[in-house]
Amino acid sequence: MILIVNMNSKNLGFNEFILPLCALVEPLQYDVVHYTQVPRITAYQKIVLSGVPLKDNEYLHDIHLFDWIKSCDTPILGICAGMQVIGLVFNSLLNQCQEIGMTKIQTAKENFLFSSTFTAYELHTCSIIPSDELEILATSKKCIQAIKHRKKEIYGVLFHPEVRNRDIIKRFICIE
Amino acid sequence: MVNTYELSPIYHFMRLGVLFSGGKDSTYALFKAMEKEDVVCLIAVTSENEASYMFHTPNIDITVLQAEAIGLPLIQQFTKGEKEEELKDLKKAIQRAKEQYRIEGVVTGAIESVYQAERIQKICNDLNLWCFNPLWLEDQEELLREIVKNQFEVIISGIFAYPLDEKWLGKFINQQTIEELVALQEKYRISPSGEGGEIETTVLDAPFFSKRIVITDFEKKEDKHAGVFIIKRAELVEK
Repeated sequence: MILIVNMNSKNLGFNEFILPLCALVEPLQYDVVHYTQVPRITAYQKIVLSGVPLKDNEYLHDIHLFDWIKSCDTPILGICAGMQVIGLVFNSLLNQCQEIGMTKIQTAKENFLFSSTFTAYELHTCSIIPSDELEILATSKKCIQAIKHRKKEIYGVLFHPEVRNRDIIKRFICIE
Repeated sequence: MVNTYELSPIYHFMRLGVLFSGGKDSTYALFKAMEKEDVVCLIAVTSENEASYMFHTPNIDITVLQAEAIGLPLIQQFTKGEKEEELKDLKKAIQRAKEQYRIEGVVTGAIESVYQAERIQKICNDLNLWCFNPLWLEDQEELLREIVKNQFEVIISGIFAYPLDEKWLGKFINQQTIEELVALQEKYRISPSGEGGEIETTVLDAPFFSKRIVITDFEKKEDKHAGVFIIKRAELVEK
């Protein structure tokens, strides 16, 4: 069972940022819950934190609602807003760094989600400066693009893999 | 199971403007936006350039009738339709919608095109507006089926790819048309929803239209698998 956490504060974000994830995890059973209503997470094998529209930053005011991530042993993939939240939960700093559209990504550390150089769709105004608890997996010219917790299976990608790099999500949830 | 977020009683409904070409995608995006937020105006960019990169070109004047049938004000901006000029005109139109109707955000019918999405996202960002794409990444065949299921009355008003020809012009999109388009997709890699510009469509009626459009005079123009269905006269009738 997969848990998709809806990070949106506006209704229409659901169509754009949640439904494409549902379509990708579809072969498996999944639940979608809003980040303000995250249930007991022990029932899930994988957790995906969604992205949001460019102007949505409501989740940044609710970081205390993500404390459960600290003690979570379930693999997590945070997309865009999801990566920012993972960063903040593990004591990283947020930095202004805007990218919109297709962008070149360079892998910095080997991992099972992606490799080498590829292009990906970006839609964000902030990235993170990772703390020592996180390692950098990829960068673009302007921003840190992907991170992983040093000890846990907790990943964050700043770009939107559901747009042009769907294999990354499939690999994460193991349906490739 | 999809547990959608229950609306907070203090949820602030957004005032939105929909980028509207009168074709099935932007009209369906409008339908989705109306279900969830407060749509206050339509924004149409009328291009004079037939090879427009960004906008649906045939029958664009029908947007005036469509807006009346829907009951929403229409901001219409004309453009020469050259690539960069077109974007400036689009920005002007959105700026006008912001000033006249105090919109907080823009809705588009973008499905797959990162080219289209990126440019509109940037314009919205410059104007400090939200940008929503309710059809984003939807399966195109599924989308056509949803549109038919929701009783949209849609005709094919432009064709721009082999082997589409004159007999497609003016055809209503129904179950059978979808099957034919899907077969063409398999054989010729034509996108069934036409987002790649293979077909253009015009919506004549939808569940939220208070009147429907009836075409009373038209002309078909086609040459080497490129053609348009020109609506010369049309009127609104009670439903």
